[in-house]
Amino acid sequence: MTKDTSGDVRLSGISKTYDNGFTAVHPLDLTVPQGSFFALLGASGCGKTTTLRMIAGLEDPTSGTVHLGEQEVTQLPPYKRPVNTVFQSYALFPHLDIFENVAFGLRRRGIKSVKKQVEDMLELVQLGEQARKKPHQLSGGQQQRVAVARALINHPKVLLLDEPLGALDLKLRRQMQLELKRIQTEVGITFIHVTHDQEEAMTMADTVAVMNAGRVEQLGSPTDLYENPQTTFVANFLGTSNLIEAEVDSKSGDDIVLKAGGGKLVLPEARCSAPTTTGGKVLVGVRPEKISLTHADDAGEIAEGRNRITGRIADSSFIGVSTQYVIDSPVCPEFEVYAQNIDRDARLVPGAEVVLHWNPAHTFGLDAAQDIDAGVAEVEEEAA
Amino acid sequence: MAAVTEAPPLAPAPEKKPPRKRGRLVPYWLLLPGILWLIIFFALPMIYQASTSVQTGSLEEGYKVTWHFATYWNALSEYWPQFLRSVLYATAATVLCLLLGYPLAYLIAFRAGRWRNLIMILVIAPFFTSFLIRTLAWKTILADNGPVVHTLNSLHILDLTNWLGWTAGDRVLATPLAVVCGLTYNFLPFMILPLYTSLERIDGRLHEAAGDLYAKPFTTFRKVTFPLSMPGVVSGTLLTFIPAAGDYVNADLLGSTDTRMVGNVIQTQFLRILDYPTAAALSFILMAAILVMVTFYIRRSGTEDLV
Repeated sequence: MTKDTSGDVRLSGISKTYDNGFTAVHPLDLTVPQGSFFALLGASGCGKTTTLRMIAGLEDPTSGTVHLGEQEVTQLPPYKRPVNTVFQSYALFPHLDIFENVAFGLRRRGIKSVKKQVEDMLELVQLGEQARKKPHQLSGGQQQRVAVARALINHPKVLLLDEPLGALDLKLRRQMQLELKRIQTEVGITFIHVTHDQEEAMTMADTVAVMNAGRVEQLGSPTDLYENPQTTFVANFLGTSNLIEAEVDSKSGDDIVLKAGGGKLVLPEARCSAPTTTGGKVLVGVRPEKISLTHADDAGEIAEGRNRITGRIADSSFIGVSTQYVIDSPVCPEFEVYAQNIDRDARLVPGAEVVLHWNPAHTFGLDAAQDIDAGVAEVEEEAA
Repeated sequence: MAAVTEAPPLAPAPEKKPPRKRGRLVPYWLLLPGILWLIIFFALPMIYQASTSVQTGSLEEGYKVTWHFATYWNALSEYWPQFLRSVLYATAATVLCLLLGYPLAYLIAFRAGRWRNLIMILVIAPFFTSFLIRTLAWKTILADNGPVVHTLNSLHILDLTNWLGWTAGDRVLATPLAVVCGLTYNFLPFMILPLYTSLERIDGRLHEAAGDLYAKPFTTFRKVTFPLSMPGVVSGTLLTFIPAAGDYVNADLLGSTDTRMVGNVIQTQFLRILDYPTAAALSFILMAAILVMVTFYIRRSGTEDLV
């Protein structure tokens, strides 16, 4: 049996440069397989929405082509494309009631008996009772569901979601994330979801493309992106990373041995995306939750073969499930460590001398030629 | 020390009550100038005119209220052609304004880009000249030997308008066409401005959403843009129709005795014949007629919950 590819989205060399000379999207190749939940993740202005709008036909690409399945749609106007969009802030028609909003697409395609379909669709999004209300009479979450219903009723090959949850409060957003995921599993069509919320992208999507300055930085499953970032932007934008500048010392088997500060660190060669020549620089990264903290007095008890770094606790904050420490170490002034609150060592207070240690398998290596802080500012900006 | 100086000063608690009481009266004080204005310049003259309309007498002996309602009936039976003509001309001018104004308002709202302000200024610019002078200018434009008449004549358009009864002979001036043109020209900005305001308020994403949901551009206009601009259409047509129905300058300057509108009759009755009761009665009939038409129109267009 061959796989159904009619819902594939294929972008080849697609780019967008505006009249004022600003390039929102640099030539981009991307394939979204049929039936997947795909997220375009990035900070505002990274080109993710422009990419989505080019798929929808709302923006003309400067170069490149868009394919839906086998059909090239680059030149087709939006009303001829088998895709539908859930707009940011929904764009519901204020003069039509919920029923007519949802029926809009069906009526435009000349379908006469829409009642049954619209009612079923409103059931799916649990809005059967609200059919005769106007959009402004509904809450934000309900409007959002109408927007989804209005798009899905047309059985598009691809559903495009442009920051669909941006206007909702945190609790409702979590609820709608699960809801959207459920609907996607139920209807089985391709979803392309644009968001700046890395947590949203990771919980919902099976593939995430991280975009930065009009380019895709890295594409992969959420786990892959998190555990194995290829650039400092991805490492910093998706969660938090501790990055240390190190020098390649030698190779032993599948591992690279690096010099950082006074000590040595081991990095599996497979987890290093940068070229490694002896004496060359590499950025060594490790996620805060992979690190264990041991008081300097007990340093002898740490198992052999673990990467270790010494430092002093600069700050600690208790957040319930874990305690977050900031460690001042010679190799990195602000080393972050998240420790599960299982057996708390009472000596681990600000000012204490500690040893940080972790399994070398959790270390990743990045090209040292890039900005070590790339992506940090974007995360702060989105949080603000 | 710093913590003490930075602490916010305690709000004086007892002061809370008195401003509340005074605050309740503030809206009425603010309303007062407007209400006084309306009473002095609208309500009182209306009452005065109403009483005039049911008076009898003569200029020499003075007028007395005799509840002579026959004046209304007499005025209506004598001047119904002028009433009908007013409604007809005003309707024609309103329709023309809508047909000319809508595309322009649409262009300014959605397509003009950086030209938007310039076009808006051009729309409003005629207001800097007096109404009378602008209307007189049309006299020159439509003059018998002018280029407009010449062009219309050579294109045989005048034959068509003659046949329709809008013009007569080789003239445009002193015909219904001239009066309707004048009305259209003079009231066009009153159509364009509300149309522009309501079109401009439409969220551009609604157009994108309609396109995304398989609506062709014209369907988008018919199903989304136009319904959403209805408040502008309604207020624009009202702002055009109501003053046009009562206007007398255009009919006076561009028309002839055959194009007299009810405004001309009222003006003549008040200022030349000095038959105040008839003039007042005519004014009230016109007002009532417009009120009825407007109420019916607003009910029909169903814009209540759009505004």
